[in-house]
Amino acid sequence: MTGPLWVLLLKGAWITVQLMLYSAALAAAVAFGIGLARTSRLWIVRFLSGVYVEFFRGTSALVLMFWLFFALPLLGWQLAGLWAGTLALGLSYGAYGSEVVRGALQSVPAAQREAAVALSFSPWQRLRKVILPQAVPEMMPPFNNLLIELLKGTALASLLSIGELTFEAKLARLSTGESAQVYGIILVMYFVIAFVVTRVMRLLERRAKASVGQASLAGGGHR
Amino acid sequence: MSADSSLSKVTVNPAVDGSELIRFDKVTKRFGANTVLDALDFTVSSGKHVTLIGPSGSGKTTILRLLMTLARPDEGTIRVGGEYLTHEERGGRLVPAGEKHVREVRKNIGMVFQQFNLFPNMKVMRNITEAPVHVLGLSADEAEERARGLLELVGLTEHADKFPTQLSGGQQQRVAIARALAMRPQVLLLDEVTSALDPELVAGVLDVLRDIARTTDITMLCVTHEMNFARDISDDVLMFDAGRVIESGPPEKIFNDPDQERTRQFLSAVL
Ligand SMILES: Nc1ncnc2c1ncn2[C@@H]1O[C@H](COP(=O)(O)OP(=O)(O)OP(=O)(O)O)[C@@H](O)[C@H]1O
Ligand SMILES: [Mg+2]
Repeated sequence: MTGPLWVLLLKGAWITVQLMLYSAALAAAVAFGIGLARTSRLWIVRFLSGVYVEFFRGTSALVLMFWLFFALPLLGWQLAGLWAGTLALGLSYGAYGSEVVRGALQSVPAAQREAAVALSFSPWQRLRKVILPQAVPEMMPPFNNLLIELLKGTALASLLSIGELTFEAKLARLSTGESAQVYGIILVMYFVIAFVVTRVMRLLERRAKASVGQASLAGGGHR
Repeated sequence: MSADSSLSKVTVNPAVDGSELIRFDKVTKRFGANTVLDALDFTVSSGKHVTLIGPSGSGKTTILRLLMTLARPDEGTIRVGGEYLTHEERGGRLVPAGEKHVREVRKNIGMVFQQFNLFPNMKVMRNITEAPVHVLGLSADEAEERARGLLELVGLTEHADKFPTQLSGGQQQRVAIARALAMRPQVLLLDEVTSALDPELVAGVLDVLRDIARTTDITMLCVTHEMNFARDISDDVLMFDAGRVIESGPPEKIFNDPDQERTRQFLSAVL
């Protein structure tokens, strides 16, 4: 492979990383918003957030991406490919993530909430000071899995002709005919990105656990 | 256990003259078809130490949870210091209390739980100071000073910087007592606070509570199976059965010469 082709693939990898980070940020915001809404005391809030989750889990991210990129312009909004991809991935993976958030919130013993009530904390203080700090470490391992899934999902964006890794690989293959080599390289590139993501998430998990006094447990490498 | 110097820092809210502080009026609480409290009436005078005894399932925990506003009665009213816990007076009528009202009256009440329920994400010091700072509006310095006085009272001065998981059950429970007292409630609710502890750790916690009972004017409502402790600290003992107070009186009377056969049976089973 020649130099320019390497540049092509590295640029693609960089777009992939960007797409992953933007989508992950949106997905995280959606996950917390919807996940909290699903534990609301108001049934209408629970209901609407439930509808959101069912809808976005039930539709494919790819179709959503096509819709945002090809159908929305017909209604007068033209989204750049990167943003259509970010939106589609962020909204779908946010729906999965909200289930993680909800599960983690519910895993905090009710007694913790009651102790916070007994100290007259407001609902918001209970959430921020007591519930979330204990729930967040629980979210980290499943969030890591979702993030890896999201990384793989970014390849869908190649179908919008966004110049991410898979798309650039297609170009490289067309210009060289070296299918095995090109796809071998991007396989390794995806793996390296996933590896880094996992390392970072482990670090965050350890940090989160240390902040709830479980530092010694986190080092054990269980789970 | 406690140096007397530290006790000046654990004064509680002034008593509302020696009169009644807690009043249950015809309080009924049901869980489904199970009527746990049945038109329950009782009062507790300010500064008194009252022990609730009775068989398992008789509703002792339920009473404390109602007082802590962790549960609401189905019927009847509860007042603490003349204020309705569960209701608000609006235009001369009683309406169910809103969240804001409940949060305000709940500040007068503190609770210590069987399982301690310390916040595992906060060190001991922050467990104690967090609510005084963020609920009562104390400065960080004030709250820390108050917390140090209380840690001295419960004999844990050197553990301020540890996480709860690094403490024994008995130590955790003493932190929980300090945490409740840091809010300077008028009423302290204690629900079987030693029954989750290894036997050798029980005495330390009971000693702390004896100290508090002796040296403060806080009103205590206490559920316990430690009958010697109940005898020591109680002004009054209430015997519950089937959702009602079937007998009440000073500990000497209840423990030595109860009027009710049911009380006699219960005591002979637990003593
Ligand atoms: N959240 C709940 N849902 C349904 N039933 C409940 C609930 N809480 C308590 N009960 C029932 O109410 C009754 C009284 O319970 P409570 O915990 O007040 O008894 P207790 O006197 O504290 O008993 P123990 O000595 O065993 O602690 C029991 O029959 C119990 O099963
Ligand atoms: Mg009980």
